[in-house]
Amino acid sequence: MAYVAVSGGEEAIEESIKLLDYYKSGTVKDIEIEAIENKLSLLVDRVMSEAGLYSKTYAALALKQCEGSIEEAVFLLRAYRSTLVRNYYTNTVNTDDMRVVRRISAAFKDIVGGQILGASYDYTHRLINFDIDKQDPKELQKEVEEKLASQKLEEILPCPRVSSELKKEGLIDSFPQNDESPHDVTVNMLEFPAGRSARLQTLSRADTGFISGLAYSSLRGFGQVHPTVGELRQGYVELYVSHPLNEDESIYIGEIMITEVECFNTTDDKDQLKLAVGYGAVFGRNETKAIAMSVIDRELENGGPYPSQNEEFVLTHGDSLEMNGFISHLKLPHYVTFQSKLDSVRKTREGNQ
Amino acid sequence: MNNNYNYAFLDEGSKREIRRSVLKAVAIPGYQVPFGSRELPIGRGWGTGGLQLTLSLIGPDDILKVIDQGSDESVNAVNIKKFVGLCTDIKTTKNTREATIIQTRHRIPEVPLRSNQILIFQVPIPEPLRVVEPREEITKKMHAEKDYSPIWLQLYESLVKYKKVTIPTEYPCMVEGRYVMNPSPIPKFDNPKLNKADCLYLFGAGREKKIYAIPPYTEVISLAFDDVPFERESFAGKICCLCGSKNTYLDEMFDAQTGEKFYQCSDTSYCQEVRQNVSK
Repeated sequence: MAYVAVSGGEEAIEESIKLLDYYKSGTVKDIEIEAIENKLSLLVDRVMSEAGLYSKTYAALALKQCEGSIEEAVFLLRAYRSTLVRNYYTNTVNTDDMRVVRRISAAFKDIVGGQILGASYDYTHRLINFDIDKQDPKELQKEVEEKLASQKLEEILPCPRVSSELKKEGLIDSFPQNDESPHDVTVNMLEFPAGRSARLQTLSRADTGFISGLAYSSLRGFGQVHPTVGELRQGYVELYVSHPLNEDESIYIGEIMITEVECFNTTDDKDQLKLAVGYGAVFGRNETKAIAMSVIDRELENGGPYPSQNEEFVLTHGDSLEMNGFISHLKLPHYVTFQSKLDSVRKTREGNQ
Repeated sequence: MNNNYNYAFLDEGSKREIRRSVLKAVAIPGYQVPFGSRELPIGRGWGTGGLQLTLSLIGPDDILKVIDQGSDESVNAVNIKKFVGLCTDIKTTKNTREATIIQTRHRIPEVPLRSNQILIFQVPIPEPLRVVEPREEITKKMHAEKDYSPIWLQLYESLVKYKKVTIPTEYPCMVEGRYVMNPSPIPKFDNPKLNKADCLYLFGAGREKKIYAIPPYTEVISLAFDDVPFERESFAGKICCLCGSKNTYLDEMFDAQTGEKFYQCSDTSYCQEVRQNVSK
């Protein structure tokens, strides 16, 4: 027999892993973690959001390790999470108290607390800046610091929500405070029908592309949501955990940046109409994902025949780790199963030829 | 062993939680127990369910064997063995008889397993009814009500259309007359090995977050009609070109030069054992 079945796989695999370095060796220049954190911050935010782990430094490390692949970076962070003992849950955050850095409403021109544009690429022309390469980072930092120093500090007061006005008017339903503990999807299997807490957590960690595409399908007609962004706010929220010995006290553990959206939709209210809210909240500055989440939240509440309205369809197929893991497993050998498929195919053809 | 991580990677609380789910699975043979599947450094869909079982059960005295497609040296097996080696100091082996825990993808070894061995399957799709009903909410009810008519109908339709039951791997089984179970993508050839075995079979689906089990001496019957018996893949007239075995599951291969077709045992450790015994 001229051919002996493949062995020595272990060695070949080792070499394949080593070869990854080849793709990082095209330059002697390095990219520092601090630079990734600060210059690729939207990428870092997206990775943190899909990983469900808020750490800019670890997200940057992960991105550096895997040549900037989002799915690989999310993967690294998720696997790392599994090794951490979870000692505490933070207290519920009231986002009314957010230290807002950007806040817009597409529903009303004037809102209590005002519209704050903050920083957004929305208002730029998407023209490649061929000079970006010549930008001096030290100069840039100095310039921004000087500009900030010359400005008068203004106290930012917590902004009331746009929706609270409409609730007062009775156009949006008011619900009593729900103090049920959330279903933690990171330690429990998602079951259907899923509770709203499980739904929102799953959507918040979902792959950005997946839920954006789904929300888009709903806007285009494969769904019934044509929302108005009632309020999009971005800013810092403070996190506290309860004191382990004294429940009345809580301990400040830090702050995180989030993007939060409430979208408004008209819906039936017996023989009249009312407005219903869809909700989105994600780690970091990630506006499209937050809006998409609010659209999907609303669609799942509506239910219906379209993919974006099917809870099980939406919630089981949008996790970066799960979708990429299962798709990539197709590259594993399937010799045994394919042999069995061949056997089935051949048996149906026996005697027919 | 890398001391930056806990023994067997997962924190002790998570491992205990998984072992509790295993106990429940053993108590209800064939029933899929949901569990809080943890993310691992191995791809979801690459055996993380099996791996979580292995990690939560493994101790310093265990000897681990990992196979993929019956082979100890396939990518997936090598990858998983290397990972377990990174976070434990246990001994690994290729010898089926020597192992206390065997993690497998797509095969049951040819050598019958003993009562002090555990075979852990990596499961992509734990739900046997998924082929007839995509919604988990509904399949859960079907199991509760023991409503298995759609799966029987699938078997029947296949017979009418092709005169054969054409399900290749993942051939559904009835466990102790109660739950229909997906044996994972093992070939039908291996299904009879599940019935009244001496060893414990554990099934882990990481992405789908389910654990199920077949305890020793459990009745596991592949679904079939009284007048159309269950049929395995057949290798009649074919033998392994290396060891000469006639009764094993074979991989079909082609000579790179001549294009000639030949066969080899898919269970590489068994094949080697047969060859060694012959040369003695």
